[in-house]
Amino acid sequence: MTLPLIVLLPLLGSLVPLLGARAGRTGSACLTAILPLCALVLTIFLSVSVFDGQIVRYSLPWVPQLGLELAFRLDGLSLLFALLILGIGLLIIVYARYYLAPEDSMARFYSYLMLFMTSMLGIVTSDNLLLLWFFWELTSISSFLLISFWTHQSSARKGARMALAVTGAGGLCLLAGFMLIGKIVGTFDIGTILDSGDMIREHPAYMVVLVLVLIGAFSKSAQFPFQFWLPHAMSAPTPVSAYLHSATMVKAGIFLMIRLYPVISGTDAWYYIVTLVGLFTMFYGAYMAMVQYDLKGLLAYSTISHLGLITMLLGLDTRLSTLAAVFHVVNHAIFKASLFMAVGIVDHECGTRDSRKLGGLRKYMPFTAALATVAGASMAGVPLLNGFISKEMFLTESLQTQNLGGLSWLIPALATVGSALSVAYSLRLVVDVFYRGAPRFLPKEPHEAPRPMRLPIEVLILLCLAVGMFPAQIVGPLLDVAMSAVAPNAMDGQDLSLWHGFNLPLMMSIAAMAFGAVLYLLRGGLNSFRRDFLVTDAKYVFEGAVQRATAFCARALDRFDSRSLQRYVFLMMAMMLVLASFGLLRMPVLMGEVPMQPLDPYIIVGATLMATGAIATVYFQRQRLIALICLSITELMVILTFLRFSAPDLALTQLVVSTVTVILMLLTLFFLPQQTPKASSGIRILRDLILAGAIGIVIASINFAVLTQPYETIGNFFTEQAKPGGGGYNVVNVILVDFRGFDTFGEIAVLGIAALGVLKLLNRMKIFVPTTSAENRPWSPEYYPTIFGSVSQVLFPLALMVSVYIFLRGHNLPGGGFIGGLVAASALIMLYMARGVEWTLRRLRVDYQHVIAAGLLVAAFTGMGAWAFGEPFLTSWFDYFHLPLIGELELATALVFDLGIYLVVIGSTMMILANLGKLATPHSPAREARKASTKSTTMEHH
Amino acid sequence: MEALFSAAVGILTTCGIYLTLRGRTFPVVLGLTLLTYAANLFLFSMGRLKLGASNLVNDGLPDVDPLPQALVLTAIVIGFAMTAFVIILAIRARGDLGSDHVNGRRRQSRRSKHDDPLELNQARGGIKR
Repeated sequence: MTLPLIVLLPLLGSLVPLLGARAGRTGSACLTAILPLCALVLTIFLSVSVFDGQIVRYSLPWVPQLGLELAFRLDGLSLLFALLILGIGLLIIVYARYYLAPEDSMARFYSYLMLFMTSMLGIVTSDNLLLLWFFWELTSISSFLLISFWTHQSSARKGARMALAVTGAGGLCLLAGFMLIGKIVGTFDIGTILDSGDMIREHPAYMVVLVLVLIGAFSKSAQFPFQFWLPHAMSAPTPVSAYLHSATMVKAGIFLMIRLYPVISGTDAWYYIVTLVGLFTMFYGAYMAMVQYDLKGLLAYSTISHLGLITMLLGLDTRLSTLAAVFHVVNHAIFKASLFMAVGIVDHECGTRDSRKLGGLRKYMPFTAALATVAGASMAGVPLLNGFISKEMFLTESLQTQNLGGLSWLIPALATVGSALSVAYSLRLVVDVFYRGAPRFLPKEPHEAPRPMRLPIEVLILLCLAVGMFPAQIVGPLLDVAMSAVAPNAMDGQDLSLWHGFNLPLMMSIAAMAFGAVLYLLRGGLNSFRRDFLVTDAKYVFEGAVQRATAFCARALDRFDSRSLQRYVFLMMAMMLVLASFGLLRMPVLMGEVPMQPLDPYIIVGATLMATGAIATVYFQRQRLIALICLSITELMVILTFLRFSAPDLALTQLVVSTVTVILMLLTLFFLPQQTPKASSGIRILRDLILAGAIGIVIASINFAVLTQPYETIGNFFTEQAKPGGGGYNVVNVILVDFRGFDTFGEIAVLGIAALGVLKLLNRMKIFVPTTSAENRPWSPEYYPTIFGSVSQVLFPLALMVSVYIFLRGHNLPGGGFIGGLVAASALIMLYMARGVEWTLRRLRVDYQHVIAAGLLVAAFTGMGAWAFGEPFLTSWFDYFHLPLIGELELATALVFDLGIYLVVIGSTMMILANLGKLATPHSPAREARKASTKSTTMEHH
Repeated sequence: MEALFSAAVGILTTCGIYLTLRGRTFPVVLGLTLLTYAANLFLFSMGRLKLGASNLVNDGLPDVDPLPQALVLTAIVIGFAMTAFVIILAIRARGDLGSDHVNGRRRQSRRSKHDDPLELNQARGGIKR
């Protein structure tokens, strides 16, 4: 259980700086450091068993169906990398405290940094390939956040996006590679996979696996041709560059190659791809480092070059090359992180990192100069420093390779030249900045950095010296245990010592030093040589590609997303046509075995009227009032259809709903234009007609097919159980309030929500209130008609009584809450129409929102009442009582639930209509006319 | 009879969809209403067309399939709520955008030559609040 804590603690640590943001800058840094420090202690504690030759493992299923487990392992390799990540991470936390400006958000920075640390630790300790990939992607995301930390800088944003795009795309290739490995081996467990090297190498898909995994690794470790993102990631704050772009993240690709070394290496393809890519990257990076003016750019390219060196070592595949690679990973992390931090100090204290402006800084910052000199010397491979030892190993191993046959001597020769370039740019960095010349045009007066800011560099430089002088004692055991996880016998015969005698590698090293010094002196020529080439900045190429891709996607999207509702509806309907037709096409014959019933004249007339009404609605659509009248013909026929085919409840409901809808639409016509302008072209009309017609035919065919196919219905259950189970004779009502009560509960909630939505839409609405009709005739100045008013007032209580009657009888006869509620609502609307909103409001002070809420609560509490008796929600209860005088009486909880429906229906309907009506009233035509006549007659034409 | 019923549903569907594809809000609302009727009739007919039956169990008439009826009943009420919502949305859109075109105002400049002068008149004559 200790092992996952190593990953978990930094993850929790990402919350600490956010919580401790008020602790001040130093306090925040200290708080942030606590959890990684704990993780480091835990790692050291666990390392005891690792040094004993064990592999510490821990696993917990996550998504077992995918083979994804939260599985962690700590072997020698993981241990080495974990120590590197945690150790340098802690130093970076200290350094960043002094590097960041007071206006930078320290909490955000530390939080991102901890997130990154978590993902990096996750990569190196994962025992499951998918988990490893998960953390791999997490590093891409957290590094994106870190690179773009200064979000106001365009270069930071672009650099971050480029890094994310390149490493993210590489990550996808990696995922594909991992899936293939999982397919070949049958598991994603790394332990098992490491033992299945031969199975993978002999599999026909080996080449695919190799290429996919290498693309992932190369993109992360900035190998050619993916190297271009790293220099642009230098827009990040320097602590980020020191941590991500020298010590850890760029090493993730290297780590992956080492981790999978037993599985995918050892073939010719591996040798050629990895060695040559590494070699080329090493040269390219070294050359580019020579010609950079930006110090961080120089360091970025030198990092690329050294990563190339490590990659090449991994490719060489000789006996000790892997050891040399692992060793150089450590050494490079140490000296490159310190160089980055030193450059950060120069940048921080001088305000620039342009090498043309800097020079002779030794006078101003002697300590930093000394530290940078040692680190630079280590990078150049000067003896007594750690860089020297791994470089010697590199040169030794380059002599061993035989794979290029007669041209094999080229490898050590090129290795020597590469080392010389490394010497040259190290000289350039150290001598040009700290020793030669004097600073020019600096934005601020340079001075020495505060002591604590130099502390992390001092720690690393001490390590450089210690490893350089006593390699076997300091890192020997660690390398030993790390290699045991990769190539068990690699340490045999290796002599990790400073002095091997005057041998060929030492000669090569000396030659490289001398040649490097010459190159440094000739650097002016190199610069003019470089100027002969057209400069193509990767940023512009990449940005151009991104913009072309975006434009292409925008065009493709515009094809179907034209922000036109008409287009959407058309596409949706066309899609529906396609889907609906599929089912029909598969049917052998449309008409089933059920015989058709004979026609009777009523039905013929009804159907004809219904169809005519619909067609007339379409025909008169531009004259809106006429279209509405035609629509109501269809409505009437629909009501009669329900009645004819034995559905009195439906007929009643539709009757009241249609009444209310037509009133609502008439009100709408007051606010909308009363005529539709002609806007559709002939082609569009034809197109829409064809589509609508096709759908109509398909729907009619499906309807006909269903009506003539025999099938079993589940409706009989409801018919049989209505009385014994629900206590009512009206099966439809019993279904609504009892069998499917929960459904109905949801539906009245929707009704209430729609009404509330309407209320919000009407709130503060700007509307056109026309003073004249479409024909420019003024509206009738007549006040509310007297006869209608008196009659409706008399009718109102009667209508309410009918409504209550319909509601009460619903359980046994056609009726119920829905219909009763709608009847009551139409009675109220009648009153509003006859007497006006103000008159009605004065007499009827009801807030319809409360009515809706009350209804929903009644329904909900009725449902919950069942809980008191230990029954599920909405279980109904009924019983019969015998009362003197009144006789047999049935009491059912379903009736109370129906009351809830009744209230919600009244509330919603009235809320919609009364509010819309209210909107019209203050400026109603009658009112305007009255105002106009009392004031002046000249306003009439207004 | 079934064939005639299906044909009527088909015609209602066609008219409804055609109107739904129009560009102004009011015809679209009409179209949606027609489409609602078509859908309700379609659903209703899933319980077969029965003459002289009833959904009451104690009146001695043959029984109908009550389930589609119950579903259609709630569908009618919900349909009403949705229609009302769309109508108010249309009014609001006209108030906010100054046009009753379903696509909003985006292409109005290009289409202005098709626009009926009547509408402009009305807008001018109306009181904008």
